[in-house]
Amino acid sequence: MEKTEAAAASPYVLEMTGIEKQFPGVKALDGAQLRLRPGTVHALMGENGAGKSTLMKCLFGIYKADAGSILIDGKETRFTGPKNAMDNGVAMVHQELNQVLKRSVMENIWLGRFPKKMGLVSHSEMYQKTKEVFDELDIPVDPKMMIGKLSVSQRQMVEIAKAVSYNAKILVLDEPTSSLTQEEVEHLFVIINKLRDRGVAMVYISHKMEEILRISDEVTIMRDGQWVATEHADHLTTDKIIKLMVGRDLTDRFPPKTNKPGDVILEVKNLTGKYMPSCIDVSFNLHRGEILGVAGLVGSRRTELLETIFGIAHHQSGEVLKEGKPVINKDSRKAIENGFAMLTEERRATGIFGGMSILFNSVIANIGNYRNFGFFLSNKKMAGDTKWVIDSMRVKTPSQKTHIRTLSGGNQQKVILGRWLLTKPDILLLDEPTRGIDVGAKYEIYQLIIDLANEGKSVIVVSSEMPELLGITDRIMVMSNGYLSGILDTKDATQEEIMRLAALHI
Amino acid sequence: MDKAKLGGKTWQEFVLDYALYFILGIMIIGVVIADRTFLSFDNMWKILAQASTRGILALGVAGMIVLAGTDLSAGRILGCGAAISASLLQSVTYASRMYPQITEPMNMFIPLILSIVVCTIFCLLNGFGVAYLHMHAFIISLGTQLISYGALCLYIDSQPNGAQPLASLESKYIDLVNGSWLGPVPNLVIFLIICSIVMWIVWNKTTLGKNMFAIGGNPEAASVSGVNVARNIMGVYLVAGILYGIAAFLEAGRVQSVTTSTGLNYDLDAISGCVIGGVSFSGGVGTIPGVLIGVIILQVINYSLYYLGVNAYLQYIIKGLIIILAVAIDVRKYIAKK
Repeated sequence: MEKTEAAAASPYVLEMTGIEKQFPGVKALDGAQLRLRPGTVHALMGENGAGKSTLMKCLFGIYKADAGSILIDGKETRFTGPKNAMDNGVAMVHQELNQVLKRSVMENIWLGRFPKKMGLVSHSEMYQKTKEVFDELDIPVDPKMMIGKLSVSQRQMVEIAKAVSYNAKILVLDEPTSSLTQEEVEHLFVIINKLRDRGVAMVYISHKMEEILRISDEVTIMRDGQWVATEHADHLTTDKIIKLMVGRDLTDRFPPKTNKPGDVILEVKNLTGKYMPSCIDVSFNLHRGEILGVAGLVGSRRTELLETIFGIAHHQSGEVLKEGKPVINKDSRKAIENGFAMLTEERRATGIFGGMSILFNSVIANIGNYRNFGFFLSNKKMAGDTKWVIDSMRVKTPSQKTHIRTLSGGNQQKVILGRWLLTKPDILLLDEPTRGIDVGAKYEIYQLIIDLANEGKSVIVVSSEMPELLGITDRIMVMSNGYLSGILDTKDATQEEIMRLAALHI
Repeated sequence: MDKAKLGGKTWQEFVLDYALYFILGIMIIGVVIADRTFLSFDNMWKILAQASTRGILALGVAGMIVLAGTDLSAGRILGCGAAISASLLQSVTYASRMYPQITEPMNMFIPLILSIVVCTIFCLLNGFGVAYLHMHAFIISLGTQLISYGALCLYIDSQPNGAQPLASLESKYIDLVNGSWLGPVPNLVIFLIICSIVMWIVWNKTTLGKNMFAIGGNPEAASVSGVNVARNIMGVYLVAGILYGIAAFLEAGRVQSVTTSTGLNYDLDAISGCVIGGVSFSGGVGTIPGVLIGVIILQVINYSLYYLGVNAYLQYIIKGLIIILAVAIDVRKYIAKK
């Protein structure tokens, strides 16, 4: 770590100190600070709601800080917005990629500042400049490709290249690896290291401890809008970080496993989807009270498998037997009738109805059962079930009328889980149930899943977080490129074995 | 898994992508079989000349559709511009002209510029609603449609001799619009070609064009990248206003009589042309050649139905069905199959 020592001698490129930001009713930031050295990767950590993104928004001028100082190269700086920041060498790669999907890669990169010749946009110059940046960062993407045709990781690389093309000296990466495969993460790290060697200072926001300990030089931890600690990454461990983030000892990341799998409830035989990419010839059994994990890389078609079982994707061949009898889920209504429930991966896009109340979000999948005289919806019945969801799922909300989008990710997820339980399912298909949820809330979701299994419900959990699968499941099936490449007993499974199976059919 | 590939597509995709052209191609063949005289250069130039003013109008409307909006007021705005052009260019020997004080033929640039100014004001009203008041283009242009229609009626009503068609136009004006400088090529077609080339450059080679596609495709991304979204929307509407003004000026000369119903439903023709030509209502997608092909196809249908003597009311039904079919096929391309 000589590099870090050398960098330590130079002054900070960014110093944010004593930042305060008051929102109606909440003090979002209260004495937050961040000191960034050039040529380093600085991890910014904290639970959801700790103020990480608010702090970054203050940096970029999206919010105006109420108090505190922001020094860039020692000069007090207040940006008026993202574009103003980028023009001054401060760029951000957002978790939700903001790109114009139907236009070319290079147009996306130069949007807002197209190179021009005689007043007209010069495509050749745009191509040349894009190519230069791509070659330098070793990004194998054709600048003329339509960006919507790229994979998520390629799009992420393009976004980083865009920041580089602004000659950014400060680069904020917001959860850059949340949708990348291990291999793609490695490529990203190569790029990050290149930028570090060039003296770029990077703020790295992520929930993935292992990654942070590997890539970052320093770590700043925030809690409740306050600065908690800034430490050298060498001096930290996963447990220590969690302790600082949560403010207490989290002795265990996972609740004790108490569920006992019983007899077989679901048999899936040679299931193949109709429209590729989808699952191919997948066969497995699911037991009553079992938690079955599904591991695999992005693109291994785990979501497609769940969708095909649930009937929102068409199947070509194969069959699904529940309690020995064939079930045909030709659409989601049929699936709900047959006792299936599915929590989708993209909570914001396909899970919540953001502008609607907790009540609406709780009862919507079960709405037919609240009719009086077969027609009028009963407010009393709906409010009763919503109360059950809030109580049994331990949802923290001021009222049933609260818009769901104002809740934290963890509480949103609990409402949706409750929504599905109201349909009285036997089999729950959960697609990335803890994505974008903070450590404390994750634990609660795990507890809920184990409780459900204890009640005899069977759960299939798709997850990209290996420790999570190893922590809460009974068995793990690994998918690779649409095929089922193996089923492991969780007790005997190792990360290495899972990774080997995940790469089997690639 | 081997399927017959056509340009990297399965044949189903190929058929889907070009289904509309197949159907329209078959229709045209049907028309030709029904009446062989349909196929003549004379008819071809006629169709293109008729398509020209609507084509120029459609070039303006297309920009709004690329912005994921629309314009329901284009036809009535064109009516206003046409009324101004016609009223200022009535023959100075025509006794009941609108402006008896005009005794010398006016330089034709003046009414053209006035037409452009009036059309641009209406367009910028629409643009302001979309860009700054964040109204949906459908709603604001619905309002503008009524306003511009009211204005047109008031104008036509205000003639010294009472409401009457603005006719008996200056012969120089009629010659300019309906003549042919280049052999058999009608001037109208030349104007359409010039407007199309200019618009192709605007769409593909200028910052305004690029930004228009970005805003239509993902306004958030455009804004984060430092694109001034509101100003670029106003820019697109400004360009549309200029095109409407030109189209209005030419339309008055083409039909040689402007009434309160001039421009009626032209907006719908322009929108249909755009959609048939592949400008997607979901925004961010479209090409100038596509718009031209769409407008011309629509005019071929119009003309052939008329040529075959199809009942006028039945023509409406057929055109309506074609528009529904066009959009249904367009939407199918964007449905992800699961």
